Amino acid sequence: MRLPGLILGAWLVMALAGVMPWLEPNRVSLPEIFVPPSAAHWLGTDELGRPVLDRLLSGAGVSLLVALTTVVISAVIGITVGLTAGYFGGLTDRVISRLIEVFLAFPGMLLAIAMAAMIGPGIDNVIIALATMGWVGYARLVRVQVLSLRQREHVLAAVALGRTDFAIMQRHLLPLVMAPVWVEASFGVAGAVVAEAGLSFLGLGIQPPDASWGGMIRDGVRYLLVAPHLVLAPGVALFLVVLASNLFGDALRDRLDVISRSRP
Amino acid sequence: MRSLLEQLLDTLIVLFGVSTLVFLLLVLIPGDPVDVVLGESAQAADREAMRSALGLDRPLWERWGGFYLDLLRGDLGDSLLRRQPVGGLILQRLPATLQLAGAAFLLVLLVAVPLGVLAARRRGRWPDRLAQAFALVGVSIPNFWLGPLLVLLFSVALGWTPVSGNQEPGSLILPALTLGLSMAAITTRMVRSSLLEIESQDFLRTARCKGLSEAAVMWRHSLPNALLPVITVLGLQLGGLLAGAVITEVVFAWPGMGSLMVDAIHQRDYPVVQGVVLVIALGYVLANRAADLLASRLDPRIAGKA
Repeated sequence: MRLPGLILGAWLVMALAGVMPWLEPNRVSLPEIFVPPSAAHWLGTDELGRPVLDRLLSGAGVSLLVALTTVVISAVIGITVGLTAGYFGGLTDRVISRLIEVFLAFPGMLLAIAMAAMIGPGIDNVIIALATMGWVGYARLVRVQVLSLRQREHVLAAVALGRTDFAIMQRHLLPLVMAPVWVEASFGVAGAVVAEAGLSFLGLGIQPPDASWGGMIRDGVRYLLVAPHLVLAPGVALFLVVLASNLFGDALRDRLDVISRSRP
Repeated sequence: MRSLLEQLLDTLIVLFGVSTLVFLLLVLIPGDPVDVVLGESAQAADREAMRSALGLDRPLWERWGGFYLDLLRGDLGDSLLRRQPVGGLILQRLPATLQLAGAAFLLVLLVAVPLGVLAARRRGRWPDRLAQAFALVGVSIPNFWLGPLLVLLFSVALGWTPVSGNQEPGSLILPALTLGLSMAAITTRMVRSSLLEIESQDFLRTARCKGLSEAAVMWRHSLPNALLPVITVLGLQLGGLLAGAVITEVVFAWPGMGSLMVDAIHQRDYPVVQGVVLVIALGYVLANRAADLLASRLDPRIAGKA
């Protein structure tokens, strides 16, 4: 887990560095367009002479902000919905299950693209679009677990003692369903980072002149032949962050999954 | 055991929910679709006429009903800008998308199944580690970055394939590779873990004990059982390929439904966007259901469980 931790740490540092006031991600300098990586410009400059490193750092902040916000919002909604469905059962569960089924029947990225297309671009709307497709995974996970936990003795005891529904869900069920939620969340970070970059690549996410990794790839593709570094730099950063989140999720799953760990 | 009828009914309910969701997307649009057709400086009277021509002055539930009636007749509405039926526009672009998704699917099958089998057979040794690395890298590379990388390598540096479009022979290779890689990665993992899970089953030990050769065990007993759960995943992916094609088509200027939709998004031609989303989503649902059905027909255990 050391390598993914290191990469994710670097992402955090880059994101923090990205908001430093001395960076100039949007400074246009026409005499310096398409400068290849050099001592003065570590990652070179783009088609408007803007420093690619500054834009990369600024984009790191955007992707971190979007990923974390999306995952937190999705998880909170999904956990609430899943707990409600699993705990109350009956008609509530039937209605929510249908809703979950419909959202699962929708390819996630398509829904995000469609949402972003309708509500318009911008960082808030990207988060809304991604959370619209994100919550359903958590809801399904939590619901299935609560269905079986519901009959556990400690829950029945709490019901018999007259604890409120909310207290039972919060104190006696929530802590027991969190393990797989953490795993889902680390894959969720990877998914949100790719999706944000994908939306920005399509021009539906972060709007120019603000930097985002997806937008940098989109702009860079036009100059692939003259300045490949414009596509390579944000792509490598994106790839490493997604790879690290996936590795992190795998490691977390192995650690939490006692059954598969006891196998040879 | 669920009957075919129940499964069909279930599918219909999901299709209904999905299309309602697509309908509701249109309600989210801020501002007025009339602006798209007439421009923002149009006269109030013209705007009103256009509103009623587009049916926007009717209450929401009425529009919803109309949406379904039209849908049942196969009418997806008209494009705001091109004044053409959306259904016709989509049909023009559908073959290119299906060609791309089909090629990518073929690639997934040709790469993932042999690689997954190889990894499971050589568990823990270098072919396994190579396959695992491939699976991890494959799911982690975003296709809108993979595409340009492949172009840089195969079209620019090596000059083997065309850069974009679908006019030349060989132009299908890079888009299919871009679209299929992550699917191939997921499937490789799936085939491998499915085979390993089956490895500990009693019937395989029996087959070996009665003296069958390794090849016979593999082809007759191990693989057919291991591939059953893979079928369900493949259904999921076939639908996923249609959705993934949206970005891939933009990368390679591939003239399919996806690039039609993205163009329509930028022109704010909402009925076209809605139509493409609907067609892809319905295709996705049907692909999944078909795979579930196939898997349950091939494996009586699944049918019994459900």
